[in-house]
Amino acid sequence: MSTETAAVQPLALSEATLARFAREVAKYPADQRQSAVMACLAIIQQEYGWVSPAAELAVANYLGMAPIAVHEVTTFYNMYNQQPVGRFKLNVCTNLPCQLRDGAKALQYLADKLGVAPGGTTADGLFTLQASECLGACADAPVMLVNDRHMCSFMSDERLDQLIDGLRAAAQEGQA
Amino acid sequence: MNVNQLLQQFQATGVQTCFHGRHIAPQIYAGLDGTNWRLKDYEARGGYQALRKILGQDGGEGMTPDQVIAEVKTSALRGRGGAGFPTGLKWSFMPRQFPGQKYLVCNSDEGEPGTCKDRDILMYNPHIVIEGMAIAAYAMGVSVGYNYIHGEIFQVYERFEEALQEARAAGYLGENILGSGFSFQLYAHHGFGAYICGEETALLESLEGKKGQPRFKPPFPASYGLYGKPTTINNTETFAAVPWIIRHGGQAYLEMGKPNNGGTKIFSVSGDVERPGNYEIPLGTPFAKLLELAGGVRGGQRLKAVIPGGSSAPVLPADIMMDLTMDYDSIAKAGSMLGSGAVIVMDETRCMVKALQRLSYFYMHESCGQCTPCREGTGWLWRVVDRIERGLGRAEDLALLDNVAENIMGRTICALGDAAAMPVRGMIKHFRHEFEYHVEHKTCMVPAYV
Ligand SMILES: NC(=O)C1=CN([C@@H]2O[C@H](COP(=O)(O)OP(=O)(O)OC[C@H]3O[C@@H](n4cnc5c(N)ncnc54)[C@H](O)[C@@H]3O)[C@@H](O)[C@H]2O)C=CC1
Ligand SMILES: Cc1cc2nc3c(=O)[nH]c(=O)nc-3n(C[C@H](O)[C@H](O)[C@H](O)COP(=O)(O)O)c2cc1C
Ligand code: SF4
Ligand code: FES
Repeated sequence: MSTETAAVQPLALSEATLARFAREVAKYPADQRQSAVMACLAIIQQEYGWVSPAAELAVANYLGMAPIAVHEVTTFYNMYNQQPVGRFKLNVCTNLPCQLRDGAKALQYLADKLGVAPGGTTADGLFTLQASECLGACADAPVMLVNDRHMCSFMSDERLDQLIDGLRAAAQEGQA
Repeated sequence: MNVNQLLQQFQATGVQTCFHGRHIAPQIYAGLDGTNWRLKDYEARGGYQALRKILGQDGGEGMTPDQVIAEVKTSALRGRGGAGFPTGLKWSFMPRQFPGQKYLVCNSDEGEPGTCKDRDILMYNPHIVIEGMAIAAYAMGVSVGYNYIHGEIFQVYERFEEALQEARAAGYLGENILGSGFSFQLYAHHGFGAYICGEETALLESLEGKKGQPRFKPPFPASYGLYGKPTTINNTETFAAVPWIIRHGGQAYLEMGKPNNGGTKIFSVSGDVERPGNYEIPLGTPFAKLLELAGGVRGGQRLKAVIPGGSSAPVLPADIMMDLTMDYDSIAKAGSMLGSGAVIVMDETRCMVKALQRLSYFYMHESCGQCTPCREGTGWLWRVVDRIERGLGRAEDLALLDNVAENIMGRTICALGDAAAMPVRGMIKHFRHEFEYHVEHKTCMVPAYV
């Protein structure tokens, strides 16, 4: 990792991205900019789909952190994508309360429908499917988180079909 | 249709989980319908009156910080995050005359499997948490606070940010609140997927922009907290209980529940019931009543077992459970804990080995790796339970599980180690025959398991 990052150039960030960063930094004491690192990395992920070494370096420079300290954050928290993922990342909860209400079945149903094993990405690059731990929406099982920010509740097979077909159609129309 | 519109159609509405009209004497969830979360609606329900009261608005005398803390002590409010520590007592630990900055933190990192109550509070009644935090800040002389929100519930984070804007604009947050001279700034912070960050010192590390690895306690956050400064951390539901206590008095709150267990509590009921969801009921309500509110066991099956306080709590068999009331003391006496209030219900078709296999995997996955007994022990627990479940168990495995669990308990930095070990011991204690059957017959006692 360290030899890789040595050669990496920081990602150039747009004014809009920097403005979003600034809003986060403003929440913390002036000498504690590092507190905004999780939010900045989440913004990067929303805009670029994943957290690349170049992005980590840009965040490190912006917050005045050592690049390795940023990398530690990226690797510690489950939701950061350390590699590019499909256009839609689907996280299905399979923890016990969800498992009792078909959470694991929903994951299997999606795996069969998309033709990809959990952890994988479809050949067209549209969907990444992952099993996940408790999403904090247990009473809504089966539940699935789409692209880190959208919780989808009560995902019966019919609703999974509707959602996947809808996402495919939106991608085809160029609305994604 | 664009992607956002499409995804919105799959978003929960709260009808099933929170607006089902099956609470008993609710205080936090009272009168919610999903659309009435805004400031003006909250005020119409009597919101921010408690804050106005302590600040001596509307012609009142106001309350001193000591009076506020005394009222919370009288109420017997106990921490809703799981440990049940008396809230008033915790508030009184904050140093009064500290020269530097002090902090107030709300723990909304709700990640204990089975728990989803804080999500519904923040989504459908965010101002009750803001008001509760402002009152707490006044009582402890704190001027800055953060609400750390579970990363997976991003819509809730956005909702809370919006509510904060409203409260600032109305003068309930910020400099010189309602002209009283008291100032309190409150900000939202989100996690990004790490169960361990719900542990209070891991949460503080995470707020500081680091890996969420727990710190040794003591020192407790009251003396060494965020950025090394005195800090009080409470759960979302704990703060949400405070406005009612101030408006109606600690004694009235105490009388809602039972001695030493004041007020109402929200239980997240999941698993094999007809209507999973959050139920707000007075502490001391019989479990049988809660089960009835949730529509009873699904499909007319018989109840087998219940995990009464989130996945970290030891399981209890049906016959013990049906005799219990839902409060801290009664569940502790039965050998489990009320914990976060997540009630995971399992019917007679469920295999306890398989249930434990899934939970053990979770704790192994979420161990932060700092302490050897937890890092190695959670791996051992999972591997042994997994091989028993897959029909590869050995005769000595039950003793081994007990031994590994015993060697984790009390030997780690934070309670995650205990949380992994206690369910194992609980399962083996109450359902030993099922584990033995698995080992002996290489298969499940309840083949109908789905
Ligand atoms: N809500 C959720 O999603 C989850 C909840 N939990 C719950 O968390 C519980 C364990 O939490 P811990 O924080 O480790 O419990 P703890 O007993 O160490 O602390 C409870 C609270 O009291 C304070 N406290 C305790 N003794 C103190 C003292 N002598 N001086 C000053 N302050 C003191 C602590 O700072 C803390 O805020 C478990 O019982 C479990 O039920 C566990 C996982 C997830
Ligand atoms: C592994 C672990 C995870 C925890 N997760 C949470 C959590 O998600 N929410 C919470 O409020 N408390 C959680 N706690 C308990 C906190 O450490 C702390 O006791 C609590 O936030 C204090 O607030 P309270 O006194 O209002 O309950 C967790 C504890 C442990 C050991
Ligand atoms: S007990 Fe486990 S989770 Fe807690 S600090 Fe130790 S290794 Fe980390
Ligand atoms: S167990 Fe699946 S969301 Fe909590």
